[in-house]
This record gives sequence, structure tokens and C-alpha cells, in this order.
Amino acid sequence: MSEFSVIGRRLPKVNSWAHLTGEARYADDLFLPRMLYGRVLRSTRPHARIRSVDVTRALAHPGVMAVVTGADMPEKMGIMPSTQDETALAVDRVRYVGEPVAAVAALDEDTAFDALSLIRVDYEDLEPIFTIEEALEREDVKIHEESRRANVFKEVHLSFGDLDGGFASADHVRDDWFFFEGNTHAPIESHSAVASYGPDDKLTLWTATQVPHYLHRELEKVLGLQRSRIRVIATPNGGAFGGKSDPFGHEFAAALLSMRTRRPVKITLDREEVFYAHRGRHPVKMRIRTGVKKDGEITAVHYQSWLDGGAYASYGIATTYYTGALLTVTYRIPAYKFDGVRVYTNKPPCGPKRGHGTTQPRYGFECQIDKIAEDLGLDPLEYRKKILQPANSRTVNDLRITSMGLGECLDALQRATGYSDRRGQLGRGKGIGLAGSAYISGAGLPIYWNEMPHSGAEIRIDRGGGVTVMCGTSEIGQGSDNMLASVAAEALGVMPADVHVVSGDTSLAPVDLGSYSSRVTFMAGNAVRNAAMKLRALLVAAAAEKLEVPADRLLTAYGRIYDRDDPAKFIGFADAAVLAEAKHGTLVAAGSYKPPKGIGGSFKGAGVGPSPAYSYQAAVAEVSVDLETGMLTVDKVTTAHDCGRALNPANVEGQVEGSAYMGYGEIIGEEQVFRGGLHKKPSLLDYKIPTSLDTPALEAIIVESVDAEGPFGAKEAGEGPLNPVIPAIANAVYDAIGVRFDETPITAEKILDALGKRDRRGEPKLRIGPDGLDSGKGDPKRALRRLSASTDARERKKPVG
Amino acid sequence: MLRLPRFRLVEPRSYGEAAQLLAENGAGALDRARGTPTLRVMLVAGGTDLFPNMKRRQFTPELLISLARVRDAAGIQRNGHLDISAGTTLSDIARDPGIRERCTALAEAAELVSTPQLRNMGTIGGNICLDTRCNWYDQSLFWRTAEGFCMKTNPEVVCRVATSSPRCLAVASADTVPALLVLGASVHFEDAAGAREVPLSELYREDGIRPMAMRQDEVLTDVTLPETDGWRSTYLKMRDRNSFDFPIAAVAAAVQWDGSRVAAARIAITALGSRPLLVETAASQLVGTRLDDVTIAVAAEAVHKVARPMDNTSGTISQRKRAALVFTERALRSLRPN
Repeated sequence: MSEFSVIGRRLPKVNSWAHLTGEARYADDLFLPRMLYGRVLRSTRPHARIRSVDVTRALAHPGVMAVVTGADMPEKMGIMPSTQDETALAVDRVRYVGEPVAAVAALDEDTAFDALSLIRVDYEDLEPIFTIEEALEREDVKIHEESRRANVFKEVHLSFGDLDGGFASADHVRDDWFFFEGNTHAPIESHSAVASYGPDDKLTLWTATQVPHYLHRELEKVLGLQRSRIRVIATPNGGAFGGKSDPFGHEFAAALLSMRTRRPVKITLDREEVFYAHRGRHPVKMRIRTGVKKDGEITAVHYQSWLDGGAYASYGIATTYYTGALLTVTYRIPAYKFDGVRVYTNKPPCGPKRGHGTTQPRYGFECQIDKIAEDLGLDPLEYRKKILQPANSRTVNDLRITSMGLGECLDALQRATGYSDRRGQLGRGKGIGLAGSAYISGAGLPIYWNEMPHSGAEIRIDRGGGVTVMCGTSEIGQGSDNMLASVAAEALGVMPADVHVVSGDTSLAPVDLGSYSSRVTFMAGNAVRNAAMKLRALLVAAAAEKLEVPADRLLTAYGRIYDRDDPAKFIGFADAAVLAEAKHGTLVAAGSYKPPKGIGGSFKGAGVGPSPAYSYQAAVAEVSVDLETGMLTVDKVTTAHDCGRALNPANVEGQVEGSAYMGYGEIIGEEQVFRGGLHKKPSLLDYKIPTSLDTPALEAIIVESVDAEGPFGAKEAGEGPLNPVIPAIANAVYDAIGVRFDETPITAEKILDALGKRDRRGEPKLRIGPDGLDSGKGDPKRALRRLSASTDARERKKPVG
Repeated sequence: MLRLPRFRLVEPRSYGEAAQLLAENGAGALDRARGTPTLRVMLVAGGTDLFPNMKRRQFTPELLISLARVRDAAGIQRNGHLDISAGTTLSDIARDPGIRERCTALAEAAELVSTPQLRNMGTIGGNICLDTRCNWYDQSLFWRTAEGFCMKTNPEVVCRVATSSPRCLAVASADTVPALLVLGASVHFEDAAGAREVPLSELYREDGIRPMAMRQDEVLTDVTLPETDGWRSTYLKMRDRNSFDFPIAAVAAAVQWDGSRVAAARIAITALGSRPLLVETAASQLVGTRLDDVTIAVAAEAVHKVARPMDNTSGTISQRKRAALVFTERALRSLRPN
């Protein structure tokens, strides 16, 4: 029998009924009396100076109550304090098509929509930059004047160990280029915010955000309103995946419009606007050089990445570091060099998407590991097992590793899929592929420097035995409310369904830094556990006195505090609460969590990468390729994931399967691509997220390494499991048709090209992917010329007579 | 969420009345006072094509004439031939056992349109009249403003797909049309003066803006399929997601068997140009053969030759052109006697 009454059980999520019945109240479901409807006017230019914005006609339009522009909120903002380069609405320059320029509040949505067309923006076009290569070279065009070199946003160089010696001692060196195409989160709930500025001169903002605390700080800065007068409430997010973890223009616009009109204002983005809000996966070009001994032991890795950041910083500084920071935590690497460059381009800003910055390098590296195994005649699964970074160790870049279950994940996959026996045996057109990976359980450092806890929780027990947990976490569908309830319930001996959760409210709950970097279970879980254990001690002491049993013999479960040696001797939870309150006063306790010191290095740039624990995972993909049409079918993805301990196995499996789904979408066709600065497919019809009918069979296998510092041993489960799926599918396609796909997505066109069937003269290829920075992907300005083509030009081309 | 522009809706009870309303309200007239030029009056059946287009402001008609309440607008009758009323939903066609057995390509095509919800609303008449599609055109008002519009929104602008093209290159995208073409369908129209019947093969033209040779004041009322004894047919569709996307290449084929030899054959393609196309050069070579591999390869080659996709749907030109060839082969092979 389990030592737990809640942890490890497949209990329904506390909010699943609300979600299933449609009762969950998302931001757009809120309707306040006298509420106005806002809409955002967006830039139609990829790069232009704003000469003037004339709102007079819009303001005069019947039903329009207020209009705000960039000039009303000129304060710079952004998620990372050191790189704030955005304004809520564009002030004097626009840098991508879709950038917010002005906002209108009106009596109804139709009026707000109509009013947008009455705003006149006078633009002076500037030359746009769309590719990494141009951004690196064009000194004459600066997207941000502050850039020191061309359009470079950030450049990082880190070196660990003896790289030259490592390569010199290698028996074999692989040098590969990769390209990972950008893609976006496409949460099913579009962003929405409702602001209400009341007669008490206080502002409340209900918004679909992953980071209520950081947003709180930015609202103060931009609106010039003391933070003590602002309350941010993170509504349940209908999916977020990193796409709701920046402060957004429409949130500030709703707030300011409400302040101007003293009426509540709602702004809900339409689907197309969600594609412009973006902050999704960076397109990344990569070069990876890896030296190995004959037996496969890695001697050195040199990893370089070039990130296409889009128009603004977002989390870019962290993303840049993350592309290089976590390659070292899976396999032993004695010497490592990382060079990273992120550039600005005139496209919607890229930011964090599930797997933040680690997904792209992991794809390249795991494809390369597969190649090395083949070069050396090793089985890719056995090979990975041989070179694992050990548990309780430090990596070459000074990251502390605690629990490490990648080896068990690989063993579990071999048992479940028979990978090693089936690889190379499935016949042409059928393939099986494998990859491993890792992810952080929360970042070691907060986004702004401070010594305070990363997560705080407060628990109150009422006289009826009710338990209320208050914590600043944001429920984004990942199950954080359920996690808070489960951890508190386990510690106190009640059931999660008995716990009330107040989350994501900056006034009612202590700060939690937010639902990003897979930090909530580990950090908020520890904070809640910490608070609950304080209350538990009070209850147990009161019960011990009443039952006349030593406190250390008492256990708590199922609403009882009972004698371990004689369970019939017990006191009910509510009765114990009454006794404890009589003895100690009101039953409230707070707990907090901050990652330990010394989990990372002290060099410049050491702040990104350290985490109190790393999750590990591996995936096996099985694919079929239609050799005539090039269509790729993924038949099954099996993922084994080391989550430390599964607090709720059903929830963990949901996260693992959801990650596999998302990774599958990224490699088979999702791409955030542009033509002349215009998003090519800003709709859910054209941007091809797989539906449930398109999704392959998914299997999740839980591996428990029980981390010494995680709450009840738990680590993250929401992001890491995405990472191995992408290279596993690429490696499976190689097994099926003998072609390496060193770029994503793997489209039918590319498969036909590889098979030599793209055109009549086609030669089969062994590899699809870039060969360097200038991979000559056509002329990026062609679409722009097409857009500027006029009818006059066509007329001139017509033959005379 | 994008919202519909304001419009007035009328619901006539007969096709004659609908045609009358069209004529009275200036059918075909362009209204230039509503942002971009738009038809002033339009017909709507299931609305699955028109309403999204209206939300994107591709059309902002002042008046919509709904055919949803026309008496006997839906129904499938058999009297030697097959008569399908224009308002019959795609779901009803897909699940009709007679159609599935005798006009297999049509049932398969109807079943491959979009999602179950949209098939429950969408009609065969609406699918036949589906507007051509283009990823430079099927975008919001905001997007097209940023683009500077294109010929299909505003006839005075270039075609963005090929700026020197004298015509609009938007793509024929109706799944049921190639199936109906290989089954020899004809369509019936009614206007204020009376009715006429047109072979479906004469309805379409190579023009993304006015893809149908249909008068603006007439209403599509019925589709007729001739006797299909001895015919076998099928429809194969390429799309990104097998759950609901528009075709990016599609082939319908029908073969009439006389013993072990082909007595007659038709092959039609769509999503490979601005009009759905009966490829007679391909089909004629099949007559008298046993549909051996060599014959099929020759026919597929002929289809490949006339498929002229442009870069304005998802997928790529070469992928779609190749699909025309491969799907022709696969379709014909599947029509061999068991």
C-alpha cells in the first residue's frame, strides 16, 4: 500500500468539472456592468516610421468612448528588465505587421471594429529585414538604433574545458548544420483582458496571463499607477504554452481605456491577432561539431546557434542562453563551447514556447547522436545509455544534477517498443526512431534580480475544516490548481476536492513568479507543502493532547488524524481544527520556496541553465512514408518521462501526451512563415495544428526517480516531453527512407526532393538541410516586390497592340 | 472573434421568388461605396463558405437571399436518373446508400468536405458554387489592407500570385465537382423568366474571379446524374490534414466496364488550377483497354501535363502536380474489376 493518500493517485483534477461542463470562466466570459469593448489597430507595415496618428474621426464616431495611442504610454516595457525595448502601443516606429498602434473603446464590438478604419496613420516606410543573414550584415538598416553591430540583439560566447584538446583526442568528428523553423503556440483561447478602473482609483485587470506578478510590475511602470492600486487576476488560461507570458499591448490598452472612461473595458484578440502577438518558437540555424572516441565517448562539443528573434526582445536573452545551456545535462561532455547570436528581424517577436530555447538544439543534437551511433556501428539506444551524465554530478558548464532517470526511460522504451530489435528491419517506407532529452524544473533565478522567494503560499483552515490555499500561480490548463490542492491535501490529510484554491490573484495570494519554465510543481509545490506542514504540526499537537497519543505516532489521511498503531483511535480533521484554533489562534500559515544556492556556476551568463532539478525523457516514434506522394504519417509516439514522482499520474500522462502532440505538430508542418513581412497563414485553417483526428497514437510511460528536493519527489512534466519527439520522428524518417532531415518541418515537398521525385531531373538526396548560414532559401525580397507591384507595371508588360 | 458585417436577410419560399429578388435588387451590380467593391446582393444556402468570407470582408452585401426556407430545396430522387436538389446537405449525400453504391465518387467527395459540422450545414449547390480560393485572398480585411489588396478583391489591382498575370489565379476547391464531372452531371438553373439545364462540364471557366458561366440573376436548383449502370467511380484528395482541409490536389475517375474492357471513362481534377477540369486526353486513351499498368501510366501522364497548380495554396507546386499523377494511377487501379 502507498504511503500516500492523495499523491500518486489518479484523482480527477479539482477543476476538471468546470472545464468539462463549460463552467470555467475565461477572461472573455466576463461581462461587467457598463462594460465597453476595445479593439486594437495594428501596423500594416513591416518597418516604418510613424509620422502621425490622427484619431479625430474615430473619436467623433457615434459609440466610440475613447481612443488611445502610443503617445499615451511611451514608457518602455518588456518581460526582461535588462532588455526592455517595447512600448504598449507603437510610439514613433513600427517593426512588424500586426504591431499594436492604437486602441479604441466603444459601446459594442462592431462600432469598435468600424472605428479602427477611421484612424489615419501616416507611415514612412523603412527597408525591412526578414532573414538572419540580412540582420547580421545590414549595418545600414537598424531595426533598433541601440544595436551595436548590425541588427544583433545579443551575442553570447561561453567555453568550458579543453575544447581543442577534446577535438584533438577525438577519433571521429561530426560537423552538422541544422535549421529549426519557427512556429507558434496556437492556444485555443485567444488572449483576452478585462480592465476595470473603479471609483476608488484602483485598477483591476482580469487577463489570460501566465505571469500575473511580472505583469503587475509592468502595469505600474507603464501606467504610472502605484502597484498598490493595481490588482491583476490571472483568469484560467485556455492553453498558453509560453504564449501568454509576456506583458502585451492590449492589456495596457484595456487598462488605460478603462482609466480614461471609468468603465470596464474588454479586449479579446481575434485569431489572427494571436498570430501577431506570437512570442513563439524562434527559427534557429545551428552548427554542431562533436568529437567522439571510437567507442562513442564524447570528447568535445562546439555548439553554435543563430536565432531569428523577430522585432523585439521578449525573453530573447534567456532564449539565446537556453539554446546552449542544457545540451550538457544528458550525456557526458568534458569540453564544451557555445556561441549564440540572436538578431532582430521585422516579424512578430519570438519568445518562449514549451521547451523554451532547448527544443531546437535538442533536435539538432539528437539527430547528430543518431548519426554518430550509425558512423560507429552502435545501437542508438545502447549508445545513449553508455554516455549518460550520471546522477548527483556536475556538468562541464557547472550545472548541478540531482536525480537523473534517462537510462530508465531508455530501458522502458526498449521494453515497450522493441526499438533496438526493430530499427532497420521495418522495410522501405517504414521507420522507427529514438531521441532523449532533458528540461529544467524551474529556472534557478527570477527574471528581475531579487533575494525574495520564487514562490509563496498561504493556507487557511476554517472552523468547518475547510482548507483554502492561496498562491500566485497561474492555471494554464497544466493542472497547477490541482497540484496546489493535492500537495496541501496530502500534507494535511484531507482530499483535494475539499481544498479551495485561490490562484493568480496579486491581491489575494502571495507572489509566485508565474507559470513558465516548468517551475510551478517544484517551487509552488514546495511552498505549499512548507505552509501545510506548519499547520499540520498545530493540528497534530492539538490532536495528540486530545487523544493522549504522542504526536510522532499520529498520521493524517482521509480527514482524520489517527494513531499509527491503533487507527481506530482518531479525531476528525474539523474537530482537530477547532481544537488547534482554540489553542493557537486563527489557523493561517505561509510557506515559501527559493532554489538553493550553488546549483550553477558563477561566470557571466551562468544565470540561465541552473535548476533545482532536471526532468529527463526519451521518445520512440514509428512512421510511414508514402514513397510516391511524399506524405509522412506518424503512426505512434511512445514517450518515457522521468518526472521524479507523479503527484497525479493521470495529469502527468496528460502533460506527456500533450507535449508529444505539440512536438508532432512542429515537425510535420506547423510553421510561422512570412511573405514580404506578411504572415503567410494567420488562421487555424491555414496554420496546420493537428486536430485530434490527425494525432498519432500516443503512449506515456512514467519513470519515477524521486528527487530529493522536489515536493514529494516531484519534478516537471509539462515541457521536457516535447523535446525528444521532434528528433525521434526525424530519426524514424531516416530509418524509413535513408534520408537525414536536418531541418524542420518535414514536408511532403522535402521528402519528394529527397527521394528525387520533386521534378523530372531530380536526383535522390541523402540529406535535407542547410549547409551554412547562407543556405540560399530563395530571394527574401521577392514577396516584397510582389506586394509593391502595381497594375501599371502589369499594363506595361502587356504586348502592344 | 471576427464578426459579420451588417446585412439584411430575406427568406423566399421558392426559387422563382429568389430569382425575382435577385433581379429586383440589382444582381451582379458592384457596390463601390462599401470599402472594397462588393456584390450588392448575394445568395446563401448553408453559409459555410459565404459567412467566413463575409467575416473577412471579402463580400459585404447589403442583402442576402437565403435559400434555406425554399420549399423542397433538399431531397434525392431516383427515376432512372438521379436528381439531387441543390439544398441537400453534404452529410445527406455522403450517407445515402444509393449514392454510395452507384455514384461512389460523389459520396466519397461529399464525405471529404471539411468537418462533420460543416457538412451538416453545407449543401451540394453551395459546394458547386464554392468560391475559388487563394492564400493571397482568403485573408482578413486587415491582412489584405497590409497586402494592398489583389485583383480578386479589387479588379484594378494585380494578381499577387503572378503579378504579370492578366487574370486571377485563385484555385477551384470544391470536392464534389470533379466527382460530379466524372459522373456526367448536369445542373439546373432558374431565373425570373424560366429554367435551363447545363452540362456541369460547361459551367466552369479558367478565371478565379468569375469561375462560373452562371448569370448573376439565376439560382441553382438541382443536379442531375444520368443512369450509372456498369460505372465504377472514386475520388482521391490530397490535403494537409485528413481531418478537414480543402483539397490541394484531387482526382476523380469513373470507368464503365463492358466485360473486362473499358467501355467509357472520365477523369477530372480540381485544386490544380482555377477551374475543375475533365481531362479528356487522359480518359479517351483508356477506352477498350483492361486498365493495365501501362495504360494507366499513359493516362496519369496526360493528367500530370494539364495540372497547373500555382503557389497559392498550402503545399507546393511540384508536390501537387505529382499528386495529380499518383492519384490518377491509384484511382484507376482501384477501379479495376475485383
